[in-house]
Amino acid sequence: MLTIEHLKKHFGFVKAVDNVNLNIRQGEIVSIIGTNGAGKTTLVNLISGYIKPDSGRILFLDKDITHSSPYVRIKLGVGRSFQLIQLFGGISVLDNVRTALFSKYEMIHNAWFSADRYASVMDEAIQILSNFNMSDKKDLTPKGLSEGDLKILDIAIAFALKSKLLLLDEPTSGVATNDKFKVMDSIVKVIKKEGISTLIIEHDMDIVSGYSDRVIVMHEGRIMAEGKPDEVMENKEVKATVFGIVS
Amino acid sequence: MLNNPKWITYLLIFIVLLFIPRILSMHDLMLFEYGITFAIVGMGFNLLLGYTGLLSFGHGAYFAAGAYTVAMIAKYLPQAYSLELLIPAALFFSMLLSLIFGFVCVRHTKIFFSILALSLSMLLFSLLFKLYHITGGSDGLRVPLPTILGISFKGIRRPEFLLGTYYYVLLGMFTVSFLVMKGIVSSPFGKALQAIRDNEVRAELIGIRVRRYRLYAFVISGMFVGLGGALWTFVNGHVTADLSHWVFSGEIVYMTLLGGFGIFEGPIIGAFLFTFLKLYAMGHTEYWMFVIGATLIILVLLLPDGIAGAFSTLWSKIRKKSY
Amino acid sequence: MWMIYTLNGFYFAALLFLISLGLNIILGVMGILNLAHGSLYAIGAFIAAWIIINLGTKVPSIFLYLSLLSGLIGVGIVGYFMEKSLIRFMYKRALEYQLLLTFGALMLLEDVIKMVWGGEAYYASAPFLLLGSVNMGRHVYPAYFLLVMFIAVIGGLLIWLFMAKTKLGIMLRAISLDREMATGLGLDIDRLSTFAFVLGAGLAGLAGALVVPTTPALLGFGHEPLILGFIVVVVGGLGSLKGALVGSLLVGFTRSFGIAVFPEIELPLLFLIAGIILVVKPQGLFGR
Repeated sequence: MLTIEHLKKHFGFVKAVDNVNLNIRQGEIVSIIGTNGAGKTTLVNLISGYIKPDSGRILFLDKDITHSSPYVRIKLGVGRSFQLIQLFGGISVLDNVRTALFSKYEMIHNAWFSADRYASVMDEAIQILSNFNMSDKKDLTPKGLSEGDLKILDIAIAFALKSKLLLLDEPTSGVATNDKFKVMDSIVKVIKKEGISTLIIEHDMDIVSGYSDRVIVMHEGRIMAEGKPDEVMENKEVKATVFGIVS
Repeated sequence: MLNNPKWITYLLIFIVLLFIPRILSMHDLMLFEYGITFAIVGMGFNLLLGYTGLLSFGHGAYFAAGAYTVAMIAKYLPQAYSLELLIPAALFFSMLLSLIFGFVCVRHTKIFFSILALSLSMLLFSLLFKLYHITGGSDGLRVPLPTILGISFKGIRRPEFLLGTYYYVLLGMFTVSFLVMKGIVSSPFGKALQAIRDNEVRAELIGIRVRRYRLYAFVISGMFVGLGGALWTFVNGHVTADLSHWVFSGEIVYMTLLGGFGIFEGPIIGAFLFTFLKLYAMGHTEYWMFVIGATLIILVLLLPDGIAGAFSTLWSKIRKKSY
Repeated sequence: MWMIYTLNGFYFAALLFLISLGLNIILGVMGILNLAHGSLYAIGAFIAAWIIINLGTKVPSIFLYLSLLSGLIGVGIVGYFMEKSLIRFMYKRALEYQLLLTFGALMLLEDVIKMVWGGEAYYASAPFLLLGSVNMGRHVYPAYFLLVMFIAVIGGLLIWLFMAKTKLGIMLRAISLDREMATGLGLDIDRLSTFAFVLGAGLAGLAGALVVPTTPALLGFGHEPLILGFIVVVVGGLGSLKGALVGSLLVGFTRSFGIAVFPEIELPLLFLIAGIILVVKPQGLFGR
């Protein structure tokens, strides 16, 4: 699904991403962990097209998207959610999702008929919301939602774009500890059902071990280790640098 | 649509509007007609402000475009001076101008957008002002009565024209504008504009071409404002370069805020309120600008959602209480 | 003749510099686009005109020149009351509200001028006439214009020194760079903002006062300077003092040569140039 070869991005002296090689298969949930400044967000920015690399390649579904604009990548199926929630605060929850759907189906330019007339889009939006357990909130605006719900909505919008690859930047940050698992359950249920490949940046180890197929550890721009969650957690080097445990 | 209480209300209001010429005095009817033209302007302007989140202090330019199209045709092409030609012409020229100016403006946001829109309208103002051989400068141009579908109104004085046929022309145009704009704002395109207003970064990231859509909104709003301007000329009888001055643009903004830019009907209510307020103030004191200015200040401080907005909040509070 | 046009260019630039400096200080420190700035300029003109006319020939001429400072002081006071009653409600609000509030203030002040000074023109040309002309090569040039340029230069230098060297100035710059941080540093934002507005208003009033010996004070006096001031600010870069200087020179010279060469085209040309600069460099020449 996603192949990254020798990706490099330096900001002056800082080697944010330094010769990273990475593969994500279809349907995999991969978590990236690492200390702050390890390069995780830069990597996600490079994949989603926010910034362009100094060298290296990014292949998505066998297409070279290294220098493609974010717009092109979205159309190809790369979706992304944000650490700081990015929603459309002035329209309803239903419309947040519906607008993404209209855009996806290239219907967004239609200016003559009421959006409600497009029954299939309406049904699908409601379906998505119920998958995320949010259908009872469909007519509320984001102002009336809890932090956890806002996060879910953020991801629901990315999901509505029928992304084949989802990039989730700290999906549970800012969410109350009690709700974290509820949020992740909702998200992962949908991801698994649709077989979406997912790359998650996370700091919470419980979330990482609870939901990931594979874990990648980044440190100072490079990949230090990767493998199944329990393997990686037992790795001496990882324990020392990321967790600060020296044995 | 027909079972929706809102539309029943609209229908009732429309029926009442049909009888307005019988109810109002001649003087008040003229004010009402000014109100209708500005209601069309307001709806157009609010597409850009309320729905797309762009504040232009230069929309007078498009009003002037529509108005001067009428006046110039009256002066230079009198054989084409019929309403069925004037309206498409006005729509065309305001579309052209808003396309050119809009293209420059939508590349910027916030303050720069507002100032650029303002500067461009002042550019038009200074051209209209200086080229007085063509445009009449500060004296402006006269706007005689047009022919409508072959019917000439020669010999009829303006008030009779306005009282009779023209009121229904205005009502018709207003109704059409209302329905078209309603369609636009509730369409997927309308949702896209609101998404752009709320979060342009995310809008881009769900695949909406923000700059392009802003331009679409700009041009559509320019056309509505131009239509209003053209229709206004017959009520006013006279056009001057001031129509493109930023102070006039400011009045358009004021009207929209007065009624409230968060609701569809807001600018319509604001247009009527402002028209009556201004002309009432002008009729009663020479310091009408003080009255308007003070009212604006009080409004912004106390009722930031505008009058329609305040009512809407009140209404939802009442509804909540009744549960 | 070119020398005259150049000198005129400097003259217009001098006035615009004072106006745009004021706008920029208010914009930079308070983040407010003051649409009523032109009205403040006009009030300065009327105050100065009124004082000069009433002093007449009864006093030594030095007082006539000192009374030009009345524009600075008088409008500073007006600015103080304006800030306290109106402007302070705008900090947290969106741009739309600021523009509307200051637009309302503009209309209000316009009529306040009418109420206080009526609708006639106030001629206060004594300071201009008394200075006579200066010989410059083959031409004569009114000395008063040179005085205005001189005052603008002094004013600019004082402001620059103030901003760069004094504690108060540095605090103002801190606020304009990052309001939140400045609060965190314990700066009294309220009082400093009031001060900034008073200063900005005073500069506008000074400019108006300086102009009045050359043009009668009339209603609508402040409209054109306001627009030109905005163009200078936007072209030069929001909040940039250097930008205000360069922008003023640019607009001043365009105006001077424009009027001389082809009067009808002067204003449109100005807007065209401003438009082109903004398209190429949207933040203005020295903007952040």
